[in-house]
Amino acid sequence: MEHGPEPILSVRNLKTYFFQDEGIVHAVDGATFDLYRGQTLGIVGESGCGKSVTARSVLRIVERPGRIVEGEIILRREQPNGQTDEIDLTKLNPDGALMRAIRGKDIGLIFQEPMTSFSAHYTIGNQITEAIRLHLKLSKAEARARAIEMLRLVGIPKPERRVDEYSFQLSGGLRQRAMIAMALACDPGILIADEPTTALDVTTQAQILALLERLQRERGMAIMLITHNLGVVAEMCDAVVVMYLGRVVEKGPVRQIFHNARHPYTQALLRSIPSIEAAPRVKLPTITGSIPHPYKRPKGCPFHPRCAHVMPGLCDVQTPALQPVAEHQEASCFLYHPSQ
Amino acid sequence: MLSYILRRFLLAIVTVWAITVLAFVIIQLPPGDFVTIYINALQSSGSPISYGQAEAMRAQYGLDQPMYIQYLKWMGMMLQGDFGMALAWNKPVKEIIGDRLTLTMVVSIAAILLTWTVALPIGIYSAVRQYSLGDYVFTFIGFIGIAVPNFMLALILMYVGYKYFNMSIGGLFSPQYAEAPWSLAKVLDLLQHLILPALILGLAGTAQLIRIMRANLLDELRKPYVVTARAKGLSETRVILKYPVRAALNPFASTIGYYFPYVVSGSIVVSLVLSLPTVGPLLLTALVAQDMFLAGTIVLMLGVMTVIGTFVSDLILMWIDPRIRMEG
Ligand SMILES: Nc1ncnc2c1ncn2[C@@H]1O[C@H](COP(=O)(O)OP(=O)(O)OP(=O)(O)O)[C@@H](O)[C@H]1O
Ligand code: SF4
Ligand SMILES: [Mg+2]
Repeated sequence: MEHGPEPILSVRNLKTYFFQDEGIVHAVDGATFDLYRGQTLGIVGESGCGKSVTARSVLRIVERPGRIVEGEIILRREQPNGQTDEIDLTKLNPDGALMRAIRGKDIGLIFQEPMTSFSAHYTIGNQITEAIRLHLKLSKAEARARAIEMLRLVGIPKPERRVDEYSFQLSGGLRQRAMIAMALACDPGILIADEPTTALDVTTQAQILALLERLQRERGMAIMLITHNLGVVAEMCDAVVVMYLGRVVEKGPVRQIFHNARHPYTQALLRSIPSIEAAPRVKLPTITGSIPHPYKRPKGCPFHPRCAHVMPGLCDVQTPALQPVAEHQEASCFLYHPSQ
Repeated sequence: MLSYILRRFLLAIVTVWAITVLAFVIIQLPPGDFVTIYINALQSSGSPISYGQAEAMRAQYGLDQPMYIQYLKWMGMMLQGDFGMALAWNKPVKEIIGDRLTLTMVVSIAAILLTWTVALPIGIYSAVRQYSLGDYVFTFIGFIGIAVPNFMLALILMYVGYKYFNMSIGGLFSPQYAEAPWSLAKVLDLLQHLILPALILGLAGTAQLIRIMRANLLDELRKPYVVTARAKGLSETRVILKYPVRAALNPFASTIGYYFPYVVSGSIVVSLVLSLPTVGPLLLTALVAQDMFLAGTIVLMLGVMTVIGTFVSDLILMWIDPRIRMEG
């Protein structure tokens, strides 16, 4: 992993809860991970495990009744003078000037729905230019030129014409490219991509991923790639964070996670993907049981009701913490740290 | 885009034509032809007309000819600005309706404008602060607004105004201006008198539009493009006003056309209570007295204005919604 010594983003024990009348949803419940400059970090886990809420927490756009209740999100920005400053995003006012200056400028976001992630009421040029003029001191004409340049960069043909079109005039793939152009228009150090290709067909998917890889090479930004697709992780990511019920259960370099996963949940997750090497007609072992209801988080290790290695009296009583299991690799499981 | 306008325009023309047929049918509805009714009416008011005059009228309206000829003749008259005679007044319909029609427009438009300026901000507030105290208060007031009949509100306000402020509420003009020719002073007088009727007529609509705006906006606020806009770093106010509010406005624009006749027909009783010189009460009198030229003309006028309103709202819709503009 060729990354600098200090992470550009450090998430520490992040807890984001939704306070509803029916109960409190522990959407993110103590997540900890680091993102390094130029790195692609995959965040994987079953639906509802808190991946998107983590992303929104970082941008401080968690909608009500959700709220960050604990933890730190440290952003390290490079200043023009070469220094880096550290900001704990959880301490900022979400609608305050500093947080708004960071959103879109230091951290860009793209997500799943290419259909509706642009407003249909304004041209894409209008929407991209808006982001540019918000963060960079450019004139209207300069901002427009930059928007066109960005559209060209993401591989949209005839960008000087497309810039005046509406999102519904573009195909899904082009729309996602335009989204990427908008997210990267102010040259952010971090790009959060929340299932950026899920809604696209396979060919377009591959094209968008290739585009992201190329842009990362050219611009050196860190990518936080949220996905269900472990194949995408294997191809794109340097490191992986595995989440389960709002917690990080395992993390480490991608090769180690794929070849030497330690946490029973990660192992089950990996077994659940069809592999080309696997013998045909062998029934895929999938994870037994279903994800617990969000209001009823199990006591102890959140995975214990579904875990094949559960140790009664320990796993259902105490909560394991993330501990090193190999170089650069951590897991939260009593199998490796029975005496916590 | 041009073809969209053209289609809408043709549709408007066809609708106007259908309305003329309807108005014609209304005129024909009472038993016997209206010249007979007219003669009877004149006789009972003590100024009978001669046989010759009656025959001349029959010929003018083509009463001895088939229906479609009568219709065409009537249309021809209308196009020349002749709307027939109002029996009860023994005056041309045009003279009686003229001012009232204008005043109806003025009152209705005032009510609609007031509705919008009140309903839009409250609807936005209620959606953005869903389930807040303010939202509950406005919801409560809104339901009262829908539930209380507006003529009752008119009566209450008149009573309160009379009892506590010694103001006589009612009419659209102070006595000294009622018959006076138009002047700046008269216009100002009208504006003063306009507020209350507009408020009363607009109340139910305001309550409804608050609900609609709130529901639309709640829908829009959940859409991904709002997250995109936030993620750009825009301030929350700007995010909401530029994106979801803009989208939630669509249904508003498309209701302008329908809202107009709704206000006019809803205004009949209120206009009676407040003695407003609008066409509402006139339509009622005309129908009771079987004054069919008057009734038919009013129906026709309201219909045409509705069609124009709808056409205008189509244009507005096209202006604010690029999807329609592009596809048209
Ligand atoms: N606005 C909200 N109100 C209440 N609960 C929410 C809200 N948004 C998310 N949640 C809950 O938070 C939990 C985590 O949701 P999140 O969207 O982060 O999952 P995810 O990992 O992104 O899933 P997916 O893979 O389906 O996108 C879920 O249990 C979800 O029900
Ligand atoms: S802590 Fe226990 S229950 Fe949890 S994953 Fe490890 S063995 Fe399974
Ligand atoms: Mg998600």
